[in-house]
Order: sequence, then structure tokens, then C-alpha cells
Amino acid sequence: MKRFAQLFTALDQTTKTLAKTAALTAYFEDAPEADRLWTIALLSGRRPKRTVNATRLSEWAAEVAGLPMWLFKASYDVVGDLAETIHLVLPEAEAAPDRSLSDWIADIRALAAQPEPERKAWVLRSWTELDGAERFVFNKLITGGFRVGVSQKLMTRSLAKATGIEEAELAHRLMGKWTPETTSYVALITAPDPEADLSRPYPFCLAYGVEGDPADLGPAEDWIAEWKWDGIRGQLILRGGQHHLWSRGEELMTDRFPEFARAADFLPDGTVLDGEILAWDAETRRPMGFSALQTRIGRKTVSKKVLADAPVILRAYDLLEEDGVDLRALPFAERRARLVGRIADLPADAPVALSPVVDFADWDTLGPIRETAREAQAEGLMLKRKGSPYHVGRKKGDWWKWKLDPLTIDAVMVYAQAGHGRRANLYTDFTFAVWKEDELVPFTKAYSGLTDAEFRRITHWVRRNTLARFGPVRQVPPEHVFEIGFEGIQKSTRHKSGVALRFPRMLRWRDDKPVAEANTHADLLQMLEQYG
Amino acid sequence: MVLEFRDEGIYCPAGRFYIDPWKRVDRALVTHGHADHAYEGHRHYLATHEAAPVMRHRLGEIDLESVAYGEIREIDGVRVSFHPAGHVPGSAQIRVEHRGEVWVVSGDYKTTPDGLSEPWEPVRCDAFITECTFGLPVFDWLTDAELSAQIDEWWRANRAAGRHSAIGAYALGKAQRVMTMVDASIGPILTHGAVENTNAVLRRQGVTLPDTIRVTSETDLKAHPGGLIVAPPSALAGPWLRRFGPVSTAIASGWMALRGVRRRRAADRGFVVSDHADWAGLNMAVRETGAERIFATHGYTAVFRQWLEEQGYDAQIVATEYGDELLETEEAEA
Repeated sequence: MKRFAQLFTALDQTTKTLAKTAALTAYFEDAPEADRLWTIALLSGRRPKRTVNATRLSEWAAEVAGLPMWLFKASYDVVGDLAETIHLVLPEAEAAPDRSLSDWIADIRALAAQPEPERKAWVLRSWTELDGAERFVFNKLITGGFRVGVSQKLMTRSLAKATGIEEAELAHRLMGKWTPETTSYVALITAPDPEADLSRPYPFCLAYGVEGDPADLGPAEDWIAEWKWDGIRGQLILRGGQHHLWSRGEELMTDRFPEFARAADFLPDGTVLDGEILAWDAETRRPMGFSALQTRIGRKTVSKKVLADAPVILRAYDLLEEDGVDLRALPFAERRARLVGRIADLPADAPVALSPVVDFADWDTLGPIRETAREAQAEGLMLKRKGSPYHVGRKKGDWWKWKLDPLTIDAVMVYAQAGHGRRANLYTDFTFAVWKEDELVPFTKAYSGLTDAEFRRITHWVRRNTLARFGPVRQVPPEHVFEIGFEGIQKSTRHKSGVALRFPRMLRWRDDKPVAEANTHADLLQMLEQYG
Repeated sequence: MVLEFRDEGIYCPAGRFYIDPWKRVDRALVTHGHADHAYEGHRHYLATHEAAPVMRHRLGEIDLESVAYGEIREIDGVRVSFHPAGHVPGSAQIRVEHRGEVWVVSGDYKTTPDGLSEPWEPVRCDAFITECTFGLPVFDWLTDAELSAQIDEWWRANRAAGRHSAIGAYALGKAQRVMTMVDASIGPILTHGAVENTNAVLRRQGVTLPDTIRVTSETDLKAHPGGLIVAPPSALAGPWLRRFGPVSTAIASGWMALRGVRRRRAADRGFVVSDHADWAGLNMAVRETGAERIFATHGYTAVFRQWLEEQGYDAQIVATEYGDELLETEEAEA
């Protein structure tokens, strides 16, 4: 664990990509293979599940540290991270022989099957054996919350450096449903069998937001425009007589969307499609809006009613594999033509439909088309270079998203709550209200969009202007107006205001605006009417 | 009550003086020279001999009388004396005795010696008015030896890699502590003007500091490669640092004990160097005073009060304008 803790510390204490890559590359060169594999798993979000519940861990740590529970909790409120709080309150460790990361993880996983007294004894003993960063990392592993500021891309790049295998190829090898229990370092990285995992997805090609004028992208005839749908990005794989549906976050969603079992009736084996999963109204042939899709998210099993109320389809916009052949190196226009050939004429009841192109003559005419995106139930446009391959991950230059400007409303801050983790000692989570006659009606929360300096300023103010405390929440006088941006608005019976916003965030602090001039509840209802 | 809590600050009605007042008053007894304790605009100041030069440096021409540590002053029948607080050079706890009852105002303090400030001494009293900036059990400082080893290692590695090492530390106290903590034989110590001005004041009063080089627009930085740059934290974020070329940055503050804060500051390193008492230090200090009544002024007051009450003390919270829980102190002298 010492070597891994050393890596963690090196990664955690720098913000520089070069230093992180160097630390990771060195680790992948000299750590034992089993530890390398677990490190790859951890850094690609394949964390072991929590094996001890947080309440028990808190109680045990408070007991060892000799603290009353309320004091442990108060400390946790400030630190904002359970693993770190436990680490900080525990007494210093005693020296113990080093054991490898994979040994520790094997023990942690075995813990789930043990009765509580044994579990407790083992955790307490481990706490006395692990020093400094090792203990923090251990706590992160048992609480199932291990994270470090390294993207999968950076990890893959470092692994590529250490192994000499090309980065894009490695990115592909690392996709899919493997875990360190189901594979080995050799089988996954150095000598993989391409047939071993037929469900393995391709790394998603991701887009950057357009900065400035799209005309700067060059001649319009080099580009294809499509609607940018407001759904869930998905990759549908038909191989070996089976189908698999992956999310962008590399989550296997096959069981959640049974509609796609029928995809094989319409498409041959050896097909991989990239597209957007949308709740779909078959009668109007239009997407149903994100609120309908939301009823399908996070449900492992879907009831008949939910299935009938919010059926989904995949609006496909790319063909990654045809007849078992990887097409990603082909120009987009060519892939698109093949996609059209495969799915343009599918019957209306197929779970897959073509995402149409948006025709445009030149950049000047595309701008006004983008303005109509909300009517098309889209959140803007995608611009894709005709000659571009299907890249691995986010690469600047060939795929751009050109989203609509958000809807905005000026609202009054009425409650504040402290953030967690990086923002542990700042007030960052605010509740906002609009006027309904002379009353303020809360309608949304928002916690991003301000600079650290602005958060410090508002925190200073919150501390000095607290009207009442409700646990961690502070009521503050209605004195500050913020411009709230959001992507959509829906009717909601759960909220007093009757509306729910999509992706609300603070666009700016309207220092210049008197509270009386903030927007009204009637304004919100009008937006609901127009865009809901 | 020997002392009471007024809008202007902590007040002694019998002696008609204030301690560390934040509004303008006639007579102010000041624990130390940090801006949230030594405010400008009072008619008359009283502080230790060791704190006086810095206060004059910061507040200009003030009517300031100074006393030695332990020296007893009678003010309208009230006996007043200053005792080392170990926070920064010249910092004091103020002992106030009236009709046999003793109250002590801690100011800011640190119970472990740092080789620079006059070491903290417990002062027996009936009532103790204490800070609790780091009044949570998660704060548990490393020894100075461990800390200096960490900073030295970072500085050496940067120097070997052809980089400067820039450390953000408050100009009075923390900056000098950092430069006396490190192994000055590693390389040159380069100072920001605000730090060097304070150095000059402290050297004049006999404080021993390692050799430093004031950075000005004329300084030939090429002549001093791999230096340790000591500057206020704000200078690390601004254009001032650009002149040095490749540089690794660090912040020296008690708040660096928290990973979240460390990451938010976006410096390359965070060293947990504090001029305040940690949890064990605060508890030890309270115990050693022998006081039964405790007033918590700034920091995690609610938590510390409840904890003390459970330990059998008569503990209360007093609202003051020292520190601002976390923010100003994070920016400044913590």
C-alpha cells in the first residue's frame, strides 16, 4: 500500500498534468502487475463497493479517538469527507509490515461476508497499521469513495507511455465490463483477445463547445449539422447474437431499456451505433422531453406502465461498426452515408431511427436555424467535419456542440448551505426565490457558476447575515440578486413553485440589481408555458 | 465582571480600557500586531516592547506605550500584565486582575515553541477568554522538525529541477517562521517587499533571521537560482510571481490540514504550518489556566463551547470581530 499511497499523494498534491503523467508512468513501470490492474480499475471508476456502512465507521472512529459522536459529526461537517475525517481524528499508527494494494483490496472485499464484530476488529486493527496517506486511501477504499484528480484520458496516456502501446488502442482495451476479478493485466493490456468481450464498446467521441463565431471553423461545405438532442448518449452494440447498450459514463444500460432487444430484428449482427436515447412519442414522431426520460433513469427494472408512458428509441447519428468491421477511421460523411443506408428505411416501430441532418447553405443561415432548436426539442446543434474520423474521447477541431444560450431569470438568494470537499468551508449551495406579490417563493437551488473569490465574498456575507439556522442551512435576508441560467423548465408537483428547472446554475451575481426588480413567479409560469 | 463584552471590543469597566477593540476607543491594550487585533484610530495604545515596533510600522504615528512581559501596570486600581502567547514575535495574552479576580484574554496563541516567538506560558486565572480558530479534533499539528523536513525536501527537489520555490506566508509571523524553520544552506531566500519590511523591523529589535534578499525590479534573479521565495499568499496568485520563471508554489497555513482547502488554493503544495494552537493545544491551554469560566471568541466557537461544557466548564461564546471563522484567516495569518 505504501507505493500506491505514494502515487496517490503525488497525484493529489499537484495540479500539473505533466507531474501527474510522470508519477503514473513511473508507477505503471514498477508496481506489481496485480496492483497496476487495480490502479487502472480504480482510476477508471471501477471502485470496490462500500463494505462497511458509514454510520458504523463513524462510530468506530469516534470510539477509537475518544470523541463524542456529535463532535465527530461536527468535524465531518467541516471536513466534508468521511474518509478524511476518520483519518484526521485517529491517533497515530504503529509501524507494520507493508502489504500490496491488491492484498488490501482482497481483504476489503472479503469483509462484506463477515459478521460485524469481526469486521470491526479488522478495521480497527487496520487503522493502527496504516500510516498517513495509506490510512486515508484505505478509508476511501472501504467507504467506496476512492477518487483522485486524474482523468481516464490522463491515466491511459501514462499507461501508453509505460507500455509502448498506442493510446487510442489502449483506450479501447480499457472499455467494457471487466473488473480485476474477471481479467488479468496481461489479458486486458498486453495480450488481449479481441473476441473475449463482445460487449466491449468503443470509446465515445466527444465534442467541445463552439467558442466565438462558427464561421471561423472554415468553409460551411466541409461540415454537417445535426440537432443536439437532450437525452442520454448511448452506444448500441449487436454482436454474437446479443445486444448491449452503453452510456457515455461506461455504464451498461441494457436491462434498463428493454426496447432494444428488438434491435436485432432490424439490424444485422456486427453493428455498432452511436446516438441519443430519447423518450419518444410514436404518434407525433417527436421526442417527449427530458422529464419523460427521467422516469426511466436510475431504474433497474421498469414497470409496464413506465414503459408504456415513456418508451425510448435511439436516434442514431454514427455507425462505428458494420458487419463486424471497425469503421472509425473512415471520414464522417462516409460513415453517415452507410448509416443512412442501414437505418433510413426502418419501419416506424423500430427502436432505432435516423437522427436527421440539418441542411444549411452557409454559416449565416445556420444561426437562425439554431434559434429554433427548442421547437425541435433539441438543445442546439452539433457541427461535425465531414472528413473527420471517429476520435477517441475529446479532441478539439472536428466535433463541436453549438448549444442554445440558456434561459435566464433574476432571482433572490434566500438560503445558503456550505459545500463539501473542495468547498468545505465556503457557502456554495444557495436557494433562490422569485416574487409572488410581496412574498418570495423559492423555486430552485444552484451551486455552481461563481468564482472562488465570489464564493468567499458571499460566504463572508452569509456568516454575518444569518437570520436563522436549520441544521446546516442558513436563512439569509433577501439582499442579493443572481442571474440563474437553466436549460429547460418543467411542471412539477413536488415543488411549491410548481416548476422544476433543468441544469440551473448561477450565471452572474447581479450586484447592480435591486431586490425589488428580481423576476416574478408569473414570469416563471410564462416560461413554463412557452418552453415547458 | 472584570471584563465585559461591548460593541467596541472586550472592555474593563473598572480600568476603563479595552482589549483588542475593533472600534475606535480612548485606551486600547493590544495583544499583537495582526490587523484583526491591532486596529487603527485608538487614542492610546499599550502593548509589549516586542510588539511595539511592528505596530508602529503598520499603524504609523500612534500614541503607544510599551511594557515588558510580566511587568505589572496599575490602571485605575486594575492590575494589568502581558504574558507570552507564542503566536508571533511580541504577541501576548493579557492578564487583568481586579479585587482578587483574574481574567486572561488569550489573543491568538500557539502552545508549542517555534524558536521565534516568545514561548507561550500558561497564566492561572478565574476566567479565560480564548480563541479557538482550530477548535476541532481534526487539527493535530506535526512537529516543527517534521514540517521543516517536508519544506526542505520540496525546496531541494525544486532547486535540483531548476525551479524556484515560492511559499505563501503572512508577512508578520508566518513568513519569519518559515524562513527560520528551513535549512538556509539549501539556497538563497528571496523575499517580497511586504515580508522584507517586517523582517527589517524585527531585525532592528534583535530578532535573529537568516539572510534574505529583497526582490525588487532591479534584482538580478539569474544570480539567485533555486531560491525560496517568501511572499504573502496574495502575491502568489498575482503577476508579481511571473518574473521568477519556473516556480513551484506552496501555502503555509493550518488550513492546509484539510484536503478540500488545500486543493481549492491551487498551489502545488500545502504545508500545515499554523501560528494557532491545534485541538490538543487549546485543550491543554484551557486546562493549565485552571479557569472555570471559559469564553470562546473566534473560530469553531459553538463546537468548542459544547465540548468544554461537557468537560465540566462554564463555557460561553462571545461574538468578536477577530478572524472570520475561516476566510480572512485563511487569506491571512492562520
